[in-house]
Amino acid sequence: MKKLILLFLLGLTTFFHSFAQSSNDVEMADVLRSSGKIYVVVAVVFVIFLGFIIYLFTIDRKISRMENKEKNKTD
Amino acid sequence: MKSYWWKILAVVLVGYSVIGGFLIPVPKLPILHETIRNTYFHIPMWFAMILLYFISVVYSIKYLSSNQEKHDLMAVECVNVGIVFCAFGLATGMLWANVTWGDPWPNDPKLNSSAIATLMYLAYLVLRNAVDEEQKRAKISAIYNIFAFPVMVVLLFILPRLTDSLHPGNGGNPAFSNLDMDGTMRAVFYPAVLGWMLMGIWIMSLRFRYRLLERGE
Repeated sequence: MKKLILLFLLGLTTFFHSFAQSSNDVEMADVLRSSGKIYVVVAVVFVIFLGFIIYLFTIDRKISRMENKEKNKTD
Repeated sequence: MKSYWWKILAVVLVGYSVIGGFLIPVPKLPILHETIRNTYFHIPMWFAMILLYFISVVYSIKYLSSNQEKHDLMAVECVNVGIVFCAFGLATGMLWANVTWGDPWPNDPKLNSSAIATLMYLAYLVLRNAVDEEQKRAKISAIYNIFAFPVMVVLLFILPRLTDSLHPGNGGNPAFSNLDMDGTMRAVFYPAVLGWMLMGIWIMSLRFRYRLLERGE
């Protein structure tokens, strides 16, 4: 969800920076890029993504442990 | 299902598409501007959903011949996760439509068809809830699934192409092909699609293994 909101904000920022015309007249998020703020965006999204992945891995390990317990019980 | 290699691959691919999705340059197109980067998120959601629904219908067919409960569990957990990806696809699409088409739901044939397909699969879950007896539930929902899948394919891929549509790839619009998506975009897009498909399967496999444990396998 945060990714989507961030993407939407990116589009909005582009609209607000419409005074700065690039060479082929299509406005892009060049200000965000030149100021280095784009890396903050990437870092935020990536941190959230990593957090979710760690959560998935812990669930996976928990299930594996339960499966092994089940297997050992019946052996 | 318990091996980790493809899960790590999924994480690497999606992580790469997240970072590259923001940093790698994209074609500068009017109307879209930076939102073209949504290609790396919106479309993989749908790919993951279709893959999951396809696996679901395969296991529904398998259940009808084998009568093994685990085939039915696979079918339902695929739909459960597929619906989540469907919701993400709809949400990302609506956000994108809002900034590019000026309307989150412009009553476009593709969007309306996707809404109907979503309702069909939600109805699958409601149907399962309505039947108490396990084997009857599995059988009835398997038959429903076998009908729902081709209808979904027609709704999403055939019907919108036969008429006027705003959506890329339908109604005479080019899909994001050589006109819009150049090599640099494909370099992020294809890994994103594969990564999210693997993520969908991972989440489904977790749910499925949990259901097996619950059953006391």
